[in-house]
Amino acid sequence: MTDIASSSFVRHDLVSERPAPVKTTGFIGWVRTRLFNSPTNILLTILGALLLWFTIIPSVRFLMVDAVWSGSDRTACLSENAGFAVGACWPYIQAKLPQLIYGFYPEAERWRVNLTFVLAAVLLVPLLVPRLPAKGLNAGLFFFAFPVVAFFLLHGGGIKGFGLSWTAGLLELFDESIIGAGNVLLNLSKTSAVAPLLWAAGNLIVLIGTAIHWLVFPLIWLRDQIQDSGQSVWVDFAVTTVVVCLIAFFLGGGLRTGWRALASSFATFVAIAIVIKLMGLDHGGLPIVLTNLWGGLLVTLVVSVTGIVTSLPIGIALALGRRSTIPLIRIFSIAFIEFWRGVPLITVLFFATYMLPLFLPGNFTVDGLVRALIGIALFTGAYQAENVRGGLAAIPRGQGEAAAALGLSWWKTTSLIVLPQALRHVIPNLVNSFISLFKDTSLVSIVALFDLLGSLRASFSDPKWSTPSTAFTGFAFAGIIYFIFCFGMSRYSLFVEHRLNAHRRN
Amino acid sequence: MSDPIVKISGLNKWYGEFHVLRDIDLEVRKGERIVICGPSGSGKSTLIRCINALEEFQEGEIVVDGIELGPNLKHIDAVRREVGMVFQSFNLFPHLTVLDNCTLAPIWVRNIPKRDAEATAMKFLERVKIPHQANKFPGQMSGGQQQRVAIARALTMNPKVMLFDEPTSALDPEMVKEVLDTMVDLAEEGMTMLVVTHEMGFAREVANRVVFMDAGQIIEANTPNEFFASPQHARTKLFLSQILR
Repeated sequence: MTDIASSSFVRHDLVSERPAPVKTTGFIGWVRTRLFNSPTNILLTILGALLLWFTIIPSVRFLMVDAVWSGSDRTACLSENAGFAVGACWPYIQAKLPQLIYGFYPEAERWRVNLTFVLAAVLLVPLLVPRLPAKGLNAGLFFFAFPVVAFFLLHGGGIKGFGLSWTAGLLELFDESIIGAGNVLLNLSKTSAVAPLLWAAGNLIVLIGTAIHWLVFPLIWLRDQIQDSGQSVWVDFAVTTVVVCLIAFFLGGGLRTGWRALASSFATFVAIAIVIKLMGLDHGGLPIVLTNLWGGLLVTLVVSVTGIVTSLPIGIALALGRRSTIPLIRIFSIAFIEFWRGVPLITVLFFATYMLPLFLPGNFTVDGLVRALIGIALFTGAYQAENVRGGLAAIPRGQGEAAAALGLSWWKTTSLIVLPQALRHVIPNLVNSFISLFKDTSLVSIVALFDLLGSLRASFSDPKWSTPSTAFTGFAFAGIIYFIFCFGMSRYSLFVEHRLNAHRRN
Repeated sequence: MSDPIVKISGLNKWYGEFHVLRDIDLEVRKGERIVICGPSGSGKSTLIRCINALEEFQEGEIVVDGIELGPNLKHIDAVRREVGMVFQSFNLFPHLTVLDNCTLAPIWVRNIPKRDAEATAMKFLERVKIPHQANKFPGQMSGGQQQRVAIARALTMNPKVMLFDEPTSALDPEMVKEVLDTMVDLAEEGMTMLVVTHEMGFAREVANRVVFMDAGQIIEANTPNEFFASPQHARTKLFLSQILR
């Protein structure tokens, strides 16, 4: 103090650098300042330590220390044989692993499931790493080509025609239903009080149907000719290729700029041809494995990935519809969202599985797994709609106005300006729904689909592995699997959020 | 002077029961610079927002460069392509870089190749004196810089008319000058401009005509010299006495 007390001061010896006191840095400093710096904190630290002690230690004991690691049946996992209180019975998981992954999928065909998993991984991983190039092609392959290939891989079967046959078939069905509706009205007119009106309407509809019939007749005739030829798939394929390539060429700008569109659509068809040839789709394809044989992780992944991929577009469409200025679209969206949000998922699955077939025409069946998939996609879509709507509400009106003032159409404004910002705001909520969807897939086990959890519970009944710790081991294993997927999604969403919100960091 | 590039005739607009714009007639010739002023709520922003159809109107007609915009808002896209707009709150797209903000509309509306659009955008960013910020996000810039980007963004579409809706009202006093300087430069290049502003210095320096609005109607329109030196209407005199001290 004496130095400073006088008004002038000149330093003669510079103070040399010293290490900080041990008590404030390093581990000890951290412990002192973060764990034991106040009575409340000391109490919390002790409580926390106790909590860890009573959860971690028993878990490790159960999963590792007291676990049995090898054996061929239940005897290895019994305390009297092992000589200690047995924890997890891992040989049981090892023995049941194929069932947990594939369900009752025939053993000889399981390579198809593995191949699907590998394809999914090969396409998904580069899609998730932002640095890798060709995102457009990659996304196209994953979202459009992969589901088709996966269907023919997992389910099997072949095709009898191609684009032209399918178009002709659809038009024919459409036309037949129009004529059918007209005939129903005509029949009604025989008994009804407003007979002339119904008669006129019925005749009009039948007339329209007949007109459409003559319009599409050349197409149907062509389809029949193709089906009669020996190589129906390839003839149809060639016709479709030529037609679609020409359309792409002219839409792409014709002789001036259409060459790129022509080349890319042609390349797409070449790729499709290779896939058809490789999988033998033109002569029956792979042996059919019905979905009631599918099970385990396969079903969990099929249901959750389909649900995740389809629910987001449904949600976006519904959220935009709910904000639409057109009353019909808005009312439909609100009704749709509120209906699906107001019904428990179990009800949806029950309805889809057991009641829907009663409403559909007799010869028209939808596969059980597909029904569950549709139910889950619509259910989650309604939830996602509300998430997306939250994001849309956060975008200031000025954004849309600025885009409109620049001449962007509603579609471009929405897809380039509004949605990219809105979705970034709600990434946590979207992923939250994805994670809960992933876990809710276990509900499909109540409609006779054996997902991971369902297969696991089915395996409990095997007397060969009936031990006191079988159920605990199984649930621990399923928990670990679910956790790995959900934690992965959660971490990846944090990464995406951080990356896409670069503009919000100053 | 040449033909009118913007011709507003008999424009009437209601918000529900409230009559916001009443019998507006205004002709803007090519290269003319018009400042619209008036108390808040007088309908001046609404008027220029009608010109590029951000607001719909119930009666009257607006013709922009020969394109007719009636109450049914046909030709809305054609008009918007010819008219650039600068907003009070900038309304830059926060998730896009400055450069992407300026290339978005040329690429997606005019179908200009990306490289050409970027070259054009850089040209305009140089003109507003911020080419070195092209890869920043709007949130990382000052208000004045953001507003200059907004001007550059509107210019990349080569508009025939520029609308300014209180472009300096949301800015710190220090930033006002840089934006006004940009607008003066633009005026000197012969751009047709309709500016809603309270910057009377700008009006005096740049405008060919000052239009004074109150209660949804045009009260007085005159050259700046006449307008400031000898206002005719009592309401104009009151307004000027309150803002010019």
